[in-house]
Amino acid sequence: MQYSGAQLIVRLLEQQGITTVAGIPGGAALPLYDALSQSTIHHVLARHEQGAGFIAQGMARATGRAAVCIASSGPGATNLVTAIADAKLDSIPLVCITGQVPLSMIGTDAFQEVDTYGLSIPITKHNWLVRDVRELLTVIPEAFRIAESGRPGPVWIDVPKDVQNAVIDLAELPAPGKADSLPELDHAAIARAAEMINRAERPVLYLGGGVVASDAAAQAIMFAEQASLPTTMTLMGLGTLPTDHPLSLGMLGMHGARFTNYILNEADLLIVVGARFDDRAIGKAEKFCPDAGIIHIDIDESELDKIKKAHVGICGDVKQVLELLLPQVQVKLRETWLARMAELKEAHPLQMPDLDDPRSHYGLVRAVADQLDDEATITTDVGQHQMWVAQAYPLRRPRQWLTSGGLGTMGFGMPAAIGAALAERERTVVCFSGDGSIMMNIQELATAAEEGANIKIVLMDNQALGMVYQQQGMFYNERFHAVSYRRPTDFVALAKACGIRAVDLDTTDDPRALLADALQTPGPCLIHCSIDVQQRVYPMVPPGAANTEMIGG
Amino acid sequence: MNAREGFAGTGFQKAVLELTVNNHPGVMSHVAGLFARRAFNVEGILCMPMEDGQHSRIWLMVREDTRLAQMVKQVEKLEDVLEVSRHGADHKVFERLESFFGQ
Ligand SMILES: Cc1ncc(C[n+]2csc(CCOP(=O)(O)OP(=O)(O)O)c2C)c(N)n1
Ligand SMILES: [Mg+2]
Repeated sequence: MQYSGAQLIVRLLEQQGITTVAGIPGGAALPLYDALSQSTIHHVLARHEQGAGFIAQGMARATGRAAVCIASSGPGATNLVTAIADAKLDSIPLVCITGQVPLSMIGTDAFQEVDTYGLSIPITKHNWLVRDVRELLTVIPEAFRIAESGRPGPVWIDVPKDVQNAVIDLAELPAPGKADSLPELDHAAIARAAEMINRAERPVLYLGGGVVASDAAAQAIMFAEQASLPTTMTLMGLGTLPTDHPLSLGMLGMHGARFTNYILNEADLLIVVGARFDDRAIGKAEKFCPDAGIIHIDIDESELDKIKKAHVGICGDVKQVLELLLPQVQVKLRETWLARMAELKEAHPLQMPDLDDPRSHYGLVRAVADQLDDEATITTDVGQHQMWVAQAYPLRRPRQWLTSGGLGTMGFGMPAAIGAALAERERTVVCFSGDGSIMMNIQELATAAEEGANIKIVLMDNQALGMVYQQQGMFYNERFHAVSYRRPTDFVALAKACGIRAVDLDTTDDPRALLADALQTPGPCLIHCSIDVQQRVYPMVPPGAANTEMIGG
Repeated sequence: MNAREGFAGTGFQKAVLELTVNNHPGVMSHVAGLFARRAFNVEGILCMPMEDGQHSRIWLMVREDTRLAQMVKQVEKLEDVLEVSRHGADHKVFERLESFFGQ
């Protein structure tokens, strides 16, 4: 059978099980789009390539499977950079395919030529510039294998136009790429870890995004319950242990509750599972859990001993490691330690003022949660609203929570919600956004309307870059600069202009009823609510300080 | 500088890394970029294809500092790097080249 390079790519994507891709065409991607036109793959036409990248991320984060985004050369490729870098820092499997100028023109500053290969090196797990149509036979399956193996991540395939057009004769297609088998485990280290856990008096379990990636939430919960482990989660790990579980400490770190950071400070053993000691989570590294031994479990060997030296480091799939640990860990009710946890929680709970007012920051988050069950997926943008949701939303399911953790990219939330809604059409997907963040990918409202994606954008509008406003207020003597919008934007009109229903909680007599109607009616909707710009995210650990040195809350 | 000694005046000892990599044009960028991004100085670099033509060998002369173990783990993660071995200061590869570099 004869294929062009472009047809071969599309055929291999189909074979890989890809049913939806997001992208924007252009000159150097024309052959690829021509081949796509003959495929059953649904192409979501984003309005900006960054939107396409985040739509793909939403699909990948919701399902755990690699998703695909496509762009043309030059500006198409550079517009993708932020979304791919974001995927790298949060270990999200993506396969990004771009067109490139023909091979003979590479290096001549041809029209829309940019060094995509060079640009993508530091922001991907691996990347290719395909120089011969035959290479596609290995590169495409390899791309999926690498994206989904071990610690997942994005890969980037740059395909010159003449390679897309070149013709190849094939008797059969290569097998689809699949994840590598899991690494061998160090059983002696696991036994040492079990022994440390059994001996510990004040252990704390610290769960990260790796628990979500390896589908290990059930094992983590069993582990916590069996050994009476107070359990904290990173921003990326939220949802693995239900927030209202008696052992849950919620999120740790910069905006964790006081009691959470205090309990960590008293721990004599820290069991870190699929997490990487990020500075927003641990504060000043030398002062984090000063009295604790450390057991660190991660599939990425280079994370072990990177920030904190582990007493026992175990490189492996966290689900497998937890399964091996479980029978070796004593069933133990650590009454004294749990009593101490209860005492600290009682004395230093998370303060959520105005929780009953659906038009306040915490109250709105709760009012939304009250209308939904655990099947809903929650995405956020970046800023104060993101932290309020992380603190106040009762997350109870892994992959329920999609947020830009490592890169902290404003503009993530709405396109990621579109992707999540398209990947799992039975779910309602709520995107909590800010008036600053929403503008960074506002154009994707048109995409949401076109796709009829079941997304609900809850826009927390403080007419400011609230998180920066807060920091200038706290650390720069209230010299507010470049953080307030002098002119309000009519977001309701904006949404309507893009063909999306919009409601305003500011102007209704019954905000709860309006909210309920907006959330329950299928299809895209924007829900606007003004938020007081003076509200802050508390507690807050000042950047560079120890986690116990919290301000507020 | 004499390769056998530490880096002049810095008090640092050197280490030599030997990498076996896939032989294609992007590999050097991947390896060099990894060190540059972490502001980890590479003092010497040598690369030649191996006999089979499919692979290359890269020799790196680097500082023996506390971050080196982390650097090696990062290098090992690169898809195109097949093997990394670490040698001490007494390795001959850079020493023999010294005559090509002036004072
Ligand atoms: C792309 C990008 N640019 C800048 C920042 C820095 N930044 C972090 S939070 C923030 C303000 C976000 O404002 P908004 O979306 O309105 O959220 P709020 O804090 O007001 O809730 C800014 C500018 C960022 N995280 N991402
Ligand atoms: Mg705002």
